[in-house]
Amino acid sequence: MLDRLGQIEREALAQLEAIRTSADLQTWKVNHLGRSAPLAQILDGLRELPKDQRPAVGRRANEVKAGLEQAFAGREEALHREDLDRSLAGQRLDVTLPGRPPNRGRLHPSTRTLREIIDIWAEMGFQVYRSREVETDEYNFGLLNMPRHHPARDMQDTFYTTDPEVLLRTHTSPGQIRVMRERAPEPIRVVLPGMCFRYEQITVRSEIQFNQIEGLAVGHHITLADLKGTLSAFARRTFGQNVRTRFRASYFPFTEPSAEMDVECFVCGGAGCPVCKRTGWLEILGSGMVHPTVLQNGGYDPELFSGFAFGMGPERITMLKHGIEDVRYFWGNDLRFLSQF
Amino acid sequence: MKVPLSWLREFVEIEVSIMELAQRLTVAGLEVEEIRHVGLPFDGASPATRQETRVWGIAWDPGRIVVGEIREVMPHPNADRLVLTRLYDGEREHTVLTGAPNLFEFKGTGPLERPLKVAYAKAGAEIYDGKQAGWEKMILKPAVIRGVESSSMACSEKELGISDDHEGIIFLDDAAVPGTSLVGYMGDAVLDIAILPNIARAANVLGVAREVAALFALPLKEPSYEVNWQGPAIEGRVRLEIREPELNPRFVLGLLEGVRIGPSPYWVQRRLRLAGMRPINNIVDATNYAMLEIGEPLHAFDYDVLLRRAGGKPPTIITRLPEEGESLTTLDGVARKLDNFTILVADSAGALSIGGIMGGAESEVSSSTTRVLLEGAAWNFINIRRTSAAQALSSEAAYRFERGVHPAMAERGVRRGLELMRRLSGGQPAQGLVDAYPRPPQPTPVAVSPADAQRWLGVRLGTEEMAKLLGRLGFAVETSSDSVRAIAPDHRLDIGSGVVGQADLMEELARVYGYDRIPETQIEDRIPPQYGNPELEAEERARDLLIGMGLQEVVTHRFSSAEREAAQLPGSAASVRLLNPISQDRSILRKSLLGGVLEVVQRNDRVSDRLAFFEIGPVFLPVEGSQLPEEPTRLAIALRGPSRDPGWLDPTPPRMGFYDLKGIIEGLLDGLHLPPAAYEPAEHPMYHPAKCTRVSLGGRPLGLAGEIHPGVAEGLGLQPYPLTAAELDLGAILKAVPPRYPVRAVPAFPPVLEDLAFIVGSDVSGERVRSLIQEEGRPLVQEVRLFDLYQGESIGEGKRSLAFSIVYQAPERTLTDDEVAKTRERIVRRVSTELGARLREA
Repeated sequence: MLDRLGQIEREALAQLEAIRTSADLQTWKVNHLGRSAPLAQILDGLRELPKDQRPAVGRRANEVKAGLEQAFAGREEALHREDLDRSLAGQRLDVTLPGRPPNRGRLHPSTRTLREIIDIWAEMGFQVYRSREVETDEYNFGLLNMPRHHPARDMQDTFYTTDPEVLLRTHTSPGQIRVMRERAPEPIRVVLPGMCFRYEQITVRSEIQFNQIEGLAVGHHITLADLKGTLSAFARRTFGQNVRTRFRASYFPFTEPSAEMDVECFVCGGAGCPVCKRTGWLEILGSGMVHPTVLQNGGYDPELFSGFAFGMGPERITMLKHGIEDVRYFWGNDLRFLSQF
Repeated sequence: MKVPLSWLREFVEIEVSIMELAQRLTVAGLEVEEIRHVGLPFDGASPATRQETRVWGIAWDPGRIVVGEIREVMPHPNADRLVLTRLYDGEREHTVLTGAPNLFEFKGTGPLERPLKVAYAKAGAEIYDGKQAGWEKMILKPAVIRGVESSSMACSEKELGISDDHEGIIFLDDAAVPGTSLVGYMGDAVLDIAILPNIARAANVLGVAREVAALFALPLKEPSYEVNWQGPAIEGRVRLEIREPELNPRFVLGLLEGVRIGPSPYWVQRRLRLAGMRPINNIVDATNYAMLEIGEPLHAFDYDVLLRRAGGKPPTIITRLPEEGESLTTLDGVARKLDNFTILVADSAGALSIGGIMGGAESEVSSSTTRVLLEGAAWNFINIRRTSAAQALSSEAAYRFERGVHPAMAERGVRRGLELMRRLSGGQPAQGLVDAYPRPPQPTPVAVSPADAQRWLGVRLGTEEMAKLLGRLGFAVETSSDSVRAIAPDHRLDIGSGVVGQADLMEELARVYGYDRIPETQIEDRIPPQYGNPELEAEERARDLLIGMGLQEVVTHRFSSAEREAAQLPGSAASVRLLNPISQDRSILRKSLLGGVLEVVQRNDRVSDRLAFFEIGPVFLPVEGSQLPEEPTRLAIALRGPSRDPGWLDPTPPRMGFYDLKGIIEGLLDGLHLPPAAYEPAEHPMYHPAKCTRVSLGGRPLGLAGEIHPGVAEGLGLQPYPLTAAELDLGAILKAVPPRYPVRAVPAFPPVLEDLAFIVGSDVSGERVRSLIQEEGRPLVQEVRLFDLYQGESIGEGKRSLAFSIVYQAPERTLTDDEVAKTRERIVRRVSTELGARLREA
């Protein structure tokens, strides 16, 4: 009887192995695990067996039954998986076809650069102060230590309005006076971003409007060394931790001493390339200690207060960073330019 | 200011390379913009000059370019326009072929009594090609020209890179020794230095030399101001009268007799050319040489012309303002009407020159001049600027005087000029000067202390070191235990008094000490009070929302034309007008953003199918009674084309129209946590009469949105797709942004969802129906959303069906069917009676 059980088991498992469809699987189940299957008959006929054989045959028969049920379940699942696999394989996509493009909006590159610069200064405690674009001669020049006929006015070609006292600001510096007058005698740390205007021909290299971002710090103990340290920190933060900077004496009527800062060319690392015109340095920033006359005009006693100011051009920085050679792209708003940012 | 190195070396012994010199000058604020080699070798790479610095030119091969001596000029056997020369190069004689026209006068005159010293280039030498425009280098190769072997040449200035003169070969001064390498004899390099307003005193070779001496702690060799007086005294031969001492604080005259006008020696001509001036004759050249050298512009009058104008009597030089209607013809041949502030140099017969700017034609030095009256003066720099601007007249003299020249330089200038003229023209300087000096400047001492240096520069400097640094720049210094008193030298006018003077001295200290040596520190002060910037934050949030909805930000010019603005704002005349526009279409400031954004659409029409732009920026609105315009911030949006870029998945996406635009406005306001705006039909010539809305928020109008009028779009060349656009008062929107907004709890009980469709007359607005449902459904109705709109025969003409999905919800319990049914009945009743609506049965 035990041999018979072994044979039933072997035959059933061999048949199961060959089954490929669920219909055959159901037939197999009826044939081998059904009520009239040989195994069921053996179990039903246990009582007929001699007493001494019953336990062994019963145990073995149940073992075979459990084994077949388990094999059935495994086979059933495998068949199911094969069906699914077959059906999924038929749904194969051409994964190389392009995806559905989302409508992606973009900031104007000047906005992007301004935000980056403003964010860095914000980390260093400088908050944004914005002021008007149409200014008086007094705020744009006079209060900034550029009286009428001052030679420094030559450095800035100005758009005047039909009111001779009103002009388009040539720099964001009038905002220095405005913020000082608003906050004196509190110490100040602000950045002043915004559009400025110069009377020029529009060419590859010059525009009649451009953004500027200027910084101003006024306090009791602010030195040229602080200016140097602060601007170097900004340069490292903007252009890389190891970037070298260089300060040169310069002239701006509203600062004294004045300085320009060059940073090591971030394109070639100082080795010399077309972007830095093979000098290894990029000019990015003008700066200086706030002129005592300007401090005074802002409402601060220059004997007690000192300050520094600096200014840079976001468009110029954008051009340097991305190798853009034509400044007219910025207000030309051609999508072929804008969509690259 | 173009500074030949050889000239600079007369005043200071430079020990460093050209590059190092340029670097140090640049760091000290004398920006070297160009280094042009004129013979001297290039000394290595340029690690340190300014980014814009251009280094170029030519190095003369010392073995191949030498001083030569032409001993005879002979005709060429086969060519009229060529000559053969017998040229000695220090070792042997060669036959050298040349076509230089300035040799023709010597042709066939036999061995020259006075041999001609020339610049001689041998085969293999690199020179510039004299025949080509621009600066093309070439190597001199042996060649046969018209049957004569030619492997070397006598050079023109162009071929050596001195100037663009290729008219003839250079004749060197007689003292040149044949065979000497030319680079050793006169090799040079020219530094072109940008003269910023604070270093006007360095607009001359001596001024630059002074800076070099100070920066490298080298001694300065001042030129001699001694004059070799030879003639009778000047006294009594010219009188001087200054009528406006404020405008003309000093006037100095010298007299030179027995002058022979002729060309200057070659070394003078060469230096003038290298410095960018044209040699004229020995007298004019002497005035220019002195000006370039020490910075005092001089003017030479023909003394005999002045005598004649004075009727043979000693002339009186008068400096004064013009008389009513007075005019003068200046050296450039222009007859000039004089402004009432123009300071004139005149005599009893009338105006002679515009003081400090340009001489008059009549009294200028001519080829027959034998006596020269030499003027050196000081002028008020502001008045010179004003005059030069008013007359649109610039000159080397004006360039210097309008930046300020110290009156002490007037006398030095005349002395230096007289001595140069004596040497160049053989004239005899009359003994003494006539000098009127009504307004000598009173230099104010400025005291600075180590504490000041610490406070301004953050640098620890002792009094001794401060005194030393300032002393190197020529300041007279007195040191006490805790401060240094400094008086500015009498060649500079830029040091102020009091705290301004202190700042001036700090700059000088920093420059000489070296900007590169100043340490890098961080501000010690506490961070100042911080002020929020909610409007800027909200503006940036608006930008992010708009790009999140797929719009591209643009920034356009603030400039516009009257026509463009009139189209946007018919009937609004006032605008900010420019006095000096660059063109008519940019002659005013914009009063609206839309025109600019529509131009962007136009420009990109052929670039992309889908165009979705916005701009945020100010417009400029004049305000009655106010000097400055208002600058409110606006937002403009323009949409055109398919709602997404067509592709293989969706070849024909729907076109954007009015409701896409409105969706963006709704999305923006919602994203800013503002309540929905109100929309009512509006009309404006820019817009489609039936597809335009006025947008208002809390009763405040924000602007218009709609489809651009097809006629306007056609005018822009933008047929046939619809173009929708809006311009809104973003400033008002941002002001309304709440500082904070509550977030409601997520309902814990299930809502009841239900759809209701009403058939109403077509003239009843959808919003009317929706808000009525919402209002009547209180408090259970939480949301009413239109999900379908139908018009058709089945519901009758002049009607439409609006289907809403309605969310009923109570926060604290599950609603019963009965509650919902009651609310629904109320809604249906109210909408039916108030709007004549009929419930559409499913």
